[in-house]
This record gives sequence, C-alpha cells and structure tokens, in this order.
Amino acid sequence: MSKPIYFDYQATTPLDERVLDAMLPYFREKFGNAASRNHEFGWEAEKAVDVARGQIAALIGADGKEIVFTSGATESNNLAIKGVAEMYREKGRHLITAPTEHKAVLDPMKRLEQEGCTVTYLPVDKSGQVSVADVAKALRPDTVLVSLMAANNEIGTLHPIEAIGKLCKERGVLFHTDATQGVGKIPVDVDRMGIDLLSLSGHKIYGPKGIGALYVRRRNPRVRLSPQMDGGGHERGMRSGTLNVPGIVGLGKACELAGAELASESVRLTALRERLWSKLKEGLDEIHLNGHPTERLPGNLNVSFAYVEGEGLMMGIADLAVSSGSACTSASLEPSYVLKAIGVGDDLAHTSIRFGLGRFTTEEQVDYAAQRTIAAVRRLREMSPLYEMAKEGIDLSHVKWSPTAGH
Amino acid sequence: MAYSDKVLDHYNHPRNIGSLDKEAADVGTGVVGAPECGDVMRLQIKVNDKGVIEDAKFKTFGCGSAIASSSLATEWVKGRTVEQALQIRNVDIVQELALPPVKVHCSVLAEDAIRAALADYQKKQQAHAAEPQKAG
Repeated sequence: MSKPIYFDYQATTPLDERVLDAMLPYFREKFGNAASRNHEFGWEAEKAVDVARGQIAALIGADGKEIVFTSGATESNNLAIKGVAEMYREKGRHLITAPTEHKAVLDPMKRLEQEGCTVTYLPVDKSGQVSVADVAKALRPDTVLVSLMAANNEIGTLHPIEAIGKLCKERGVLFHTDATQGVGKIPVDVDRMGIDLLSLSGHKIYGPKGIGALYVRRRNPRVRLSPQMDGGGHERGMRSGTLNVPGIVGLGKACELAGAELASESVRLTALRERLWSKLKEGLDEIHLNGHPTERLPGNLNVSFAYVEGEGLMMGIADLAVSSGSACTSASLEPSYVLKAIGVGDDLAHTSIRFGLGRFTTEEQVDYAAQRTIAAVRRLREMSPLYEMAKEGIDLSHVKWSPTAGH
Repeated sequence: MAYSDKVLDHYNHPRNIGSLDKEAADVGTGVVGAPECGDVMRLQIKVNDKGVIEDAKFKTFGCGSAIASSSLATEWVKGRTVEQALQIRNVDIVQELALPPVKVHCSVLAEDAIRAALADYQKKQQAHAAEPQKAG
C-alpha cells in the first residue's frame, strides 16, 4: 500500500487513465478549433465536442444541445445564477438558496443582493437538508430562481432534489442545482427531477481540471441566460470563448465512465464508508457523524472527534490525505460555515475530519485509515485538557474560558 | 503548510505531558484559550522552596504548533526562577519553532499560559503567607 493515501475525493479526484488516453490525441495531432467550419481540423474537433456533449447529456438525462461548456463548476454556478437574475429581471428579483451551499453559489448570490436582489436562505435541519415545505413557503410571485445543491461537498448531505424540482415546476420557478458532487455519484435525471439548470465539473469525476458544464433546459421551459462572458458567440451565445477541446473530450469520457460504473460504485463506496464509520465507532467514544446518516454521498464521511483539534489530528495522520472543518486549516481562520449552519458548535467543528472515498479507495486503505485515526485520536486525547476535564465529569459548556491571542 | 522540524519533533515527542496536583500550594496552574477558538492550553508549574521551577506539565487541545509551543514552554520554564520564567516572550517561541505568521497566536497562547500559571502560584503563596497572620 503506497502512502500517503488519498482520502480527499470531494476536493478533487485523480484523472482516470482511460480519460487521459481519450484526451491525448486532442493535445497532439487533433488540435483543431471546433469553431473552424471550413476544414478537416475544425470538423474533427467539432465532432469530438459533439460526442462529449452526448456523453455528458446521457449521464443526466439531457440532450446534447443543452450542454454549455465552462471552465468549471464555479463558472457554471455564476452563469446560472447571475445569468438568470439578469435575464429575468423584469419578472422579479427574488432568489432562494440555502446557507450550506458552496461559496460559488453563495458569493454570486451576495453580489446580486448588493445589486438590489433579495435572497432567501432556507433553514437546514441538523443533517443539512432543506424541507420541501420550507421551499414552498419561501416562493414568492417575484421569485426567479431556486438554487440548491444536489450533494454537499463537506458533509455529503443530499437535498430532496426531485420533490423540490417538482414544486418549482408547479409554481413556474426555475430550478438550478449545483450537482458538482452529485453527478456521477448518485442518479441524476433532469427531466424526472424537474431541473432547469445544472452545474457539473470535470475534476470531481476523474476528469481534468479546468473544464465544466452547465446544463440549460431547452424545452418546458426554454431557459434563457444573460451571458457573463461576451465574445464570439460560442455555446449558443451563452458562453463565448474557444472550446477547450481536450478538456471537453476528457469530461465526456469521464461522464461515460461514471455512468457505466455508478450503480456498482455507489454500492461499493457506501459499504466502504460504513466500514470506516463502524470501525471508528468501535475504537473510539465521543465521536459524532456530521451530516445525514443515510441520505448522503456514498464516498463522504465527516466525523467530529470530540476533544481533539482537527489540524492537530491531521498532523498525527499525515499519511492520510484528509481535510478538516477546523479553523486552522481554512484561509479565513473561521471554522466551517457548513457545520455551523447545521448547528455543530464551534468546539466540535474544530474537531471535524472529512474522509473522502472514491474510485481508487480500497478496503485495505480504509482499514489502515481507521486504525491510524483511532491511534492518533487516543494519543491526542491523552494530551487534551478537555478530554481530562470531560472524564472528570466537568461540563465544558459551563467552564468560563479565557479566549486570547488573536481570537 | 509544511511544519518545521522542531514543531514536528515536539508534536511527535511532546515533553512533559501530564498533570500536577492543582490543589497543592507549590503548584501553579494556567488554563488559557477556549474550545470554540480551537485551542486550549493547560500549563502547570511546581516551584521548590528556593523559588525555582522544578517541574512543569502541560496538556493542550490544538493544532501541532499549539502543542509544540506549550511543550517548548514547559521545557523552558524548568530550572528557572519565577522571575526568570516571566521573561519568556512569545517571539522567542516563534523563533525557536520557526512558526509562520498564521501560527504566532499559538506562541502568544503559550506565553499567556506561563503567565497564568505563575500568577496562580503567586496568588497561592500570598494566600498562604496571609493565613498565619489571620490565625494570630
């Protein structure tokens, strides 16, 4: 077993060799511009792009013509949210989302608020889910868009997308879902789920970085977007810029593979995730699962190890590449806003570790991770004044602390 | 972020982990930080009748730099007098452990922990000195 072991599949995924093989010719001899309509090089590139559109569309139950290529999910989210808000300004200026969304949704929303739009942030329960009833309550005559993620990147929680999509259809409101973490991992069907706009990214599904797509519904209803990038009018005018042909070919291949392996992979990864969770529970007391026990991404396990700070723990399991909701690991020095939104106190947010499992995770790796983590948590608890106090029966929430030093 | 060798050494081989009797008159205990902030340090010193710190123990909830800072603090206070221990500055810890700017607060916390432990010891000594007079 080679080390370090990668357990951060929600951050990014390694490029699948089969994807790389599909891409390579488009870096070499097949270098044409897909917009060159008058020679073989251009036709070859255009053909490859069309194949990729079909592969991507097939994974989400869409039509190839409904795929708009972007640089990634951040751009897709920006295009969907700002593009709809601008295009439907006359209809209304109200949008709905949730506080647990990715920053690539929240920050465009914030910008729209600065520009005079109103945004409703739906409450989430302690697993991180919104309720359909709350969406219904938040809808107004001037609501132009509901944007809710398919699966959360930190805690893996799945929203009831199908029910929300149906509701939006009934009420004639556009529904966008950031499915960056969900596509290829859980079944997604834009028609069945009433999705009008869907963001996806290559590098979360064993494809290349720097390529993503936005699904834009063409029928029932036909969604219009105000472009955020002006230029040569590529992608039906919604996103100008020469197409990244090798990236697109890679994204297409990645979608094809993800679709073919989705059913078996989700079963395999769910079993591995449950194996890791039960081993950790057997080995340690006072650990808490963050997110939903069952309605979650197969490859996501987010755990708070009480009394052990996340970054300190990561140092003790340095041969496992994981991530943490601890303040110390974030650029902002604030603990995870997602954990905060689902009611995890700052004290437990600081102790959280996200284990991301994926296509190349093995049972042997999971067993090693469990054993390493248990040993490190035990060692650090022996060093933790909080663990000692808790064992003495002191209620830590009633201790008068003296925060100092830059906090 | 890469850790310095010294931080790694203290993290992997922390010096002086443990507890002293916090009720004892010759022990001073300092607890600083808060769980919500992601770090809590408890530093304890035991002072002999010559005013020299003969033992020190710590327990820390925090990142590797916080653990290393408190481990180093216990090493440095041992063998010093109370007055000498008060001279330890966080910048010395930053320098010794090569802490990056984002981890400077760990060293501040360690300095605070030393001061809190010394203050607790001095408070106990004063109370102890006052007692017989009251009794008389």
